[in-house]
Amino acid sequence: MKVKYEREACQGHNRCYMLAPEVFDTDDEGYAILRIDGAIPAELEEKAQLAADNCPEYAIEIVAD
Amino acid sequence: MTDVERPPIRDWETDFDHGHPDYAAAAPEIWDQLRESCPVAHTDRYGGTWLPTRYDDVSAVAHDTDHFSSLGAVVSEWKPDIPPPMGYAPPITSDPPFHAIARRMLLQFFSPKAINAWEKVARETSRELLDEIETSGASEVDAAEQYTQHIPVRIIADMLDLPREDGDKFRVWIHRILEQTSSQPVEWEDTLDYYLQHKIAERRQNLGDDLISYLCQVEIEGVPLLDEHVRGTIALLIIAGIDTTWSAIGASLWHLAQNPDDRRRWVDDPAVQPFAVEEFLRFYAPVTMARLVSEDTEIGGCPVAENDWVLLPFPAANRDPEAFEQADEFVIDRARNRHSAFGLGIHRCVGSNLARMELTVAIEEWMARFPDFELSDPDSVRWSTGQVRGPRTLPVRINKGEAG
Repeated sequence: MKVKYEREACQGHNRCYMLAPEVFDTDDEGYAILRIDGAIPAELEEKAQLAADNCPEYAIEIVAD
Repeated sequence: MTDVERPPIRDWETDFDHGHPDYAAAAPEIWDQLRESCPVAHTDRYGGTWLPTRYDDVSAVAHDTDHFSSLGAVVSEWKPDIPPPMGYAPPITSDPPFHAIARRMLLQFFSPKAINAWEKVARETSRELLDEIETSGASEVDAAEQYTQHIPVRIIADMLDLPREDGDKFRVWIHRILEQTSSQPVEWEDTLDYYLQHKIAERRQNLGDDLISYLCQVEIEGVPLLDEHVRGTIALLIIAGIDTTWSAIGASLWHLAQNPDDRRRWVDDPAVQPFAVEEFLRFYAPVTMARLVSEDTEIGGCPVAENDWVLLPFPAANRDPEAFEQADEFVIDRARNRHSAFGLGIHRCVGSNLARMELTVAIEEWMARFPDFELSDPDSVRWSTGQVRGPRTLPVRINKGEAG
């Protein structure tokens, strides 16, 4: 599985960063930055899913590689 | 403070009034009823105002800046007389493309990492207030009056380097702007604008590293901000930064006072706390925003005309069963929670990280000190009217000893 993050949709709610800091960082203005390139390590899959499920702007999706 | 008497309401579908105490007292039930009977309600009041209550409709309006302008963010008897692109309080009253410029200059101060620096201040403030309550020895306290209302105001005062003692004045002015949607003559010397005009002029002579000083120095394409811009943005930070968070903290304590299981869970299971905070924000989202229709269009199939007001009740969207499972229940460990307490689209609350931190710290500290408490007089709880909803009177009895 990998993370699909749509920067254009992000409004800087920071929910992903709060829930899954291993997967998302934030820039100086508070917009999300995806930290993982490629497949999500198994131990972080649950957290990545949580981040996706709580994004108010539907900017994050967990998709098959 | 006496509020203007509002005419009685005929029915919520065609004659609602968000400034009426009856609306304030039962807003969640009214939204749930309207979502079933008339999902886009209307009133002739305030010159014609719409109230969508479905998540999809609220979200669609919030994301559609072509047809809905933010120039009018607070519904009143008059349409705003400050011209675009700024509006009274940039960026909340600004539309694209100016909005992005006015917003971007603020973001660095409110990112999660920047807000971390203020957590200590929030914690100390909360503890000082709790010390005062504890020292007084009283078992019955007004949690709104003695606790919740002081926390956000002190922090925003520190961020702006304004005296904390001015907090009382801020609250009076905010109340006038947000709750008294009809006119009452006031002395110019007794307004937020007058106060800020003087403080900004003083600050220009004596710059520091606070937010006012920053706004006095920042430039847009080489041009310093207009005085009205600096004043409007500071007014926004004061208005939006105080009432809203105070409301969220108060509503959360109101909930905990009545739900011993949730109190116990909060104390026994710290891992649930971040989820509980988001659920407080969903279930008791304090803020309803507003827009002005800038071009004839429709909301959920309902035609709306240029210059009509539209209220955006994010708390109503948060209770839509089409968007949330068990929408009308408070689920303390809700794992899927795309709540819209901080708005949707480009106007997402700039201070959301500050508000979330203050709410978290205020509840943590209260619960660490007083894990067992209840409403001492449920009927005397009074909810604010207008577009920010929270308990303004919150009498609670603190139970000491083994219980809890």
